Amino acid sequence: MSLLELDNVTLAFGGVKAVDRVSFAVEEGEVFALVGPNGAGKSTIFNLISRFYSPQEGDIRFDGHSILDLAPEDIADLGIARTFQNVELFEQATVLQNLLVGRHRHRRTRLWQDILFTPFVRREEVRHRIAVEKVIEFLELEPYREKYIQGLPYGVRKMVEMGRALAMEPRLILLDEPASGLSVEETQDIAFWIEDMRKLMGITVVMVEHDMNLVRDVSDRVLALADGRVLAVGTPREVQTDPRVIEAYLGPEEDVA
Amino acid sequence: MRIVFKTSHDADIRLWKHGAQLFWYLLLLAAAVALPLLLDDFMLGEATNVLVWAIAGMGLMLLVGHAGQASLGHAAWLALGAYADTLLQTRAGLPFLMSLPLAAVISGLVAALVTLPIMRLHGIYLAIATLALSVLTEDIIILAEPWTGGVSGLFAPDIEIFGINFNRYTNPDGLYWLVLAITVLITLGYANLLRAPTGRAFVAVRDSEISARAMGVHVARTKTLAFALSAAVTAVAGALMGHMAGVFNNETFNIVISIYLLMMIVIGGLGSIHGAFLGALVIGFLPQAIALLRSALAGALGIGSITIPGLETAIFGAILVAFLLFEPRGIYGRWIVIRTWFELFPFYRRDMFRRQRSYLKTERMR
Ligand SMILES: Nc1ncnc2c1ncn2[C@@H]1O[C@H](COP(=O)(O)OP(=O)(O)OP(=O)(O)O)[C@@H](O)[C@H]1O
Ligand SMILES: [Mg+2]
Repeated sequence: MSLLELDNVTLAFGGVKAVDRVSFAVEEGEVFALVGPNGAGKSTIFNLISRFYSPQEGDIRFDGHSILDLAPEDIADLGIARTFQNVELFEQATVLQNLLVGRHRHRRTRLWQDILFTPFVRREEVRHRIAVEKVIEFLELEPYREKYIQGLPYGVRKMVEMGRALAMEPRLILLDEPASGLSVEETQDIAFWIEDMRKLMGITVVMVEHDMNLVRDVSDRVLALADGRVLAVGTPREVQTDPRVIEAYLGPEEDVA
Repeated sequence: MRIVFKTSHDADIRLWKHGAQLFWYLLLLAAAVALPLLLDDFMLGEATNVLVWAIAGMGLMLLVGHAGQASLGHAAWLALGAYADTLLQTRAGLPFLMSLPLAAVISGLVAALVTLPIMRLHGIYLAIATLALSVLTEDIIILAEPWTGGVSGLFAPDIEIFGINFNRYTNPDGLYWLVLAITVLITLGYANLLRAPTGRAFVAVRDSEISARAMGVHVARTKTLAFALSAAVTAVAGALMGHMAGVFNNETFNIVISIYLLMMIVIGGLGSIHGAFLGALVIGFLPQAIALLRSALAGALGIGSITIPGLETAIFGAILVAFLLFEPRGIYGRWIVIRTWFELFPFYRRDMFRRQRSYLKTERMR
């Protein structure tokens, strides 16, 4: 059984079919990339999996169960974490606090315990902080631990967002353009981290990415989309040499030229 | 600059950042406890007043400063607290030690119910809905005359605990210490909340509803909880205001009070407990300052006295506008900047505290 399955999923905004009868399955432990030109529907697929949008047709299953009857808030509990294309952080909070919010799904304390800050809350806080500290070490965020998000450089913010997703200790992580706007070195770091996520942490990764080098380096399988439709699925090499994919990428450029 | 070396998770978790900070907090507390020895009865009454305002400020700060939800109608919860507390004592015969927490619980529950339908509103719409709530409360007080005494009002009994009377004129020291104790308890509970998952969920909802959702934070539930806790704390302040006023009616907790409360926390500094206290100091002592100014002015101009109706409100408004224009972070925010400037001297950068987003922002999708 696949970890994540999209089955004939369709979503239209007005007349625009952002996602058009898309089906694919992601296996546990794999790195799966979604590629395609701007407006292909990649982020919309993430928003569908997060339940921010509801498909008009089709089904989305995680671990064999449909998630369509769940609210967006329940998705985290399944162990699905995500980042956003535009980086959505808690701006007026520190890096540490941001990562600790990632621990929300592991929360076991009740309101009255929080107010009294009972010994149990203290133990729980230590437990959360140990988990978060591991992420900080992994992503080398130590210099920024106590810093407020609002003054941080873009690259660091992206790392914090990824860290917040990892602090959730998810089974599946959805990364929306993890390398966009990053330098060459930072992109290489991302490649290593994605490898480690899969190998050391056992997390299944689905990522949207425009950087084909990164996609080729880290992903097992690639799905190419255009105009909401699946063009091809396969290994990075297979997809890159697929005539329909080449046409989708080059077609518009020829029009412009 | 003070560099704090953290060697354990406890260093992050405890309420003070370093030993010096603990020292200052304890010194402040000691000074607060000793205050009745230093002040005359009138000034002590004013100090008690400031503490009550600080409690109300913490109630609103929790909602606006930490959960990021607007409220222009918080006087409604002051009123509910005052009426519930007094009625529980006079009608149900409960002692103050029970009526006060019960009044808080009742207000919290009512707030949770009332805010359910307005939960989905954001920014200005939420502000208008809460404003309407404040207006409605005044009407309800008049309509429920058999209970509330309508426009003629309700007499609040003296606070009595185990036979000790806490009348503001006969036992001002006792009343002050009682209010101080309540203030300290609420402050500790508030500070605890902020370093625990509940407080982080509030901040998450304030800063980005969409990613709060993605982290599994139930946004509607969290907002309801913030409203309820905020109303409960504000109700405690309302009950104390009732006891201190001795008699109150629909006019006591009108919209102007709601606006004052909001001004208070904005001036004090949104998003910190300190801000509630600093704002309360400003609002508590501004009338005195204005009175002093007035007599100084009258003396200088050689006229008997100046009475300008609405002068206080106008000055409050002017201060608020000045803060919004020049220091949206409030007094506490300014203090942090000044402190950092000294700590880093001469390395301070101008854009260090650049602000990118405001608190009362509306939800963005994608
Ligand atoms: N909330 C929305 N309302 C209306 N249209 C939308 C909405 N979200 C997405 N769309 C449309 O759906 C299509 C797919 O958008 P999507 O954001 O998924 O693209 P993408 O593949 O992520 O592109 P990019 O590489 O630019 O991020 C676009 O035409 C977009 O305009
Ligand atoms: Mg996108």
